[in-house]
Amino acid sequence: MQDRIRGRVYVLGDDIDTDQIIPANFLTYNPAIPEERKLFGRHALCGVPAPGAGLPDGRVPFVDQSDPANTRSDYRIIIAGRNFGCGSSREHAPLALAEAGVEAVVAEFYARIFFRNSVNGGYLVPFESVERLVEHHRTGDEVEIDPKSGRLTNLRTGRTYALKPLGDVAPIIEAGGVFAYARKAGLLKKA
Amino acid sequence: MGMTITEKILARHAGRSSVSAGENVWVDVDILMTHDVCGPGTIGVFEEHFGKDAKVWDPDRVVIIPDHYIFTADRHAHRNIEILRDFVRRQGIRYYYDPDFVQGEGMPSPYRDPTATRYKGVCHKALPEEGHVRPGEILLGTDSHTCTAGAFGQFATGIGNTDAGFVLGTGKTWLKVPPTMKFVFHGRIPPYLTAKDLILAVIGEISVSGATYKAMYFTGEGVASLTLEDRMTLTNMAIEAGGKNGVCDVDEKTLAYVRRRSNRPDWTVETDDRDARYCYVHEWDLGAMEPLVAKPHSPDNRATAHECRDVTIDRAYIGSCTGGKITDMIFAAAILQGRQVKVPTFVVPGSTEVHADMLRLNLRGRPRADGEPSIHDILREAGCTMGPASCAACLGGPADTFGRLNEPIRCISTTNRNFPGRMGHQQAGVFLASPLTVAASALTGRITDPRDYVDGPIDTGEAGVV
Repeated sequence: MQDRIRGRVYVLGDDIDTDQIIPANFLTYNPAIPEERKLFGRHALCGVPAPGAGLPDGRVPFVDQSDPANTRSDYRIIIAGRNFGCGSSREHAPLALAEAGVEAVVAEFYARIFFRNSVNGGYLVPFESVERLVEHHRTGDEVEIDPKSGRLTNLRTGRTYALKPLGDVAPIIEAGGVFAYARKAGLLKKA
Repeated sequence: MGMTITEKILARHAGRSSVSAGENVWVDVDILMTHDVCGPGTIGVFEEHFGKDAKVWDPDRVVIIPDHYIFTADRHAHRNIEILRDFVRRQGIRYYYDPDFVQGEGMPSPYRDPTATRYKGVCHKALPEEGHVRPGEILLGTDSHTCTAGAFGQFATGIGNTDAGFVLGTGKTWLKVPPTMKFVFHGRIPPYLTAKDLILAVIGEISVSGATYKAMYFTGEGVASLTLEDRMTLTNMAIEAGGKNGVCDVDEKTLAYVRRRSNRPDWTVETDDRDARYCYVHEWDLGAMEPLVAKPHSPDNRATAHECRDVTIDRAYIGSCTGGKITDMIFAAAILQGRQVKVPTFVVPGSTEVHADMLRLNLRGRPRADGEPSIHDILREAGCTMGPASCAACLGGPADTFGRLNEPIRCISTTNRNFPGRMGHQQAGVFLASPLTVAASALTGRITDPRDYVDGPIDTGEAGVV
């Protein structure tokens, strides 16, 4: 994990489910094939209804679709409310966000399979905020996360917010995923 | 300190005498299931980390059930089935249920005879049918509705590709022991309710995140009075409350089914200790409950069917792991018999066995006599559009998926999720309800309380019993 995660934020509401993160019609792509894996980035968050896509105003495309080859988002960090990633077990969800360039999500709390997939697959860091952050940030704000001290600073407003400790999963995140962690811990042979 | 079913199962699989909620434990997995949507990615993870020539930890404990994108012309979907075929061949995996009619390009022609194909349909229905669920075991699957199998007194939960790839290579995973929420249903199930109403009541009560990281234990005389299939509807939707797993007590109904079906001879029946600890308890009296719906766009957006009586609908849908079992079909047929649907109504059997039973059984769930209409006949004659077994439109899928909502219409459905876009179009509105409520609503074109049609007990006979 980096010492600092810095970038523009994309703000979402509550109960953003995996069908909104990556709609089921895109699940025919195989993430094990590099050219297809990239396409998940292009379609990340395309299932969020327009009024809620990029709060507070909405109607902000997460990935610019005007260039047909674009698979990356301008946003590195997602700020969301309750129960982020609920719904299906599709690992395509954190994978799609990571392919689009997302390094961290900061939500009030997560659906457990999304959280687990994010950690074990090493896609992104799923931080939990102590207080609700959605209303304190605008899509496009520049923020900086300091994982060590557990703080997020909005560089537009200058305000700082506390993040919850990563707890039990910190060593897996540090290692970069469950495989790397298991090798380090001697549970798997070195590759 | 007493333990719950979930704690006992996890303790035994971790080689421990006891565990308590909140602990992380490494456990041995009994069965790993994957399908056509997550299988290729899981195989990719496995081969990346263990090597192209590596062997899975135990080929007889890996079950692969293609079910999601079968009846589509999508070339990637067809390619994904080829990836599964190649993997099971190389690994010597026995329990693979091939859609053998998917060959070459274009929309495949469905099986002609549901008893004459290896294909099974929806994994959560096929797993118990094919003998892969047993009390006391740990089942992991790359699908969130894997929790369905908890109806058989086991620990079952959904995982992602990376976790599944890890299990393929090692047979192990780490799990955090969940605290248990206890839901008690008093009284016997009345004829106008099904387990779908019960679980919509639970989710409406605790919200779509009310059971996050927790086990949901369903118990009481009301649960005991349910058929095994209806218990599967309860545990199936544990994930819709954020639950890690759902679990029911094992009784003679469970044992009769598992004895007949299991392809392994031994299992352990666990029960909650008298002094087991629960983080939450809620009790319901079935006699006081009403038929419910979950309105768009969330499974916890609870209302009674009666409250929604002025809501018009454009379509009805009966299918999925939640509402496509043979007893669900009997519930719908009991209302639709001799009547005509007013809106397009799509029927999708949960499995080829359900499909075969729809052809074999009469409305009372018994083998039909010559000339007697089958459940399939009754639904078709009521004007329903009948499809082959698959996940189909429950999760939208490719645009050519049977029953998919390709327009911003309103649909009442026996499925499990109604977040925006779930069944296809982002502006479509999906109302979740029991097969009774869906059938009654199909007849009137608006959301209808099934008590307008149900006037006595609905006998499901031997359907889904063993």
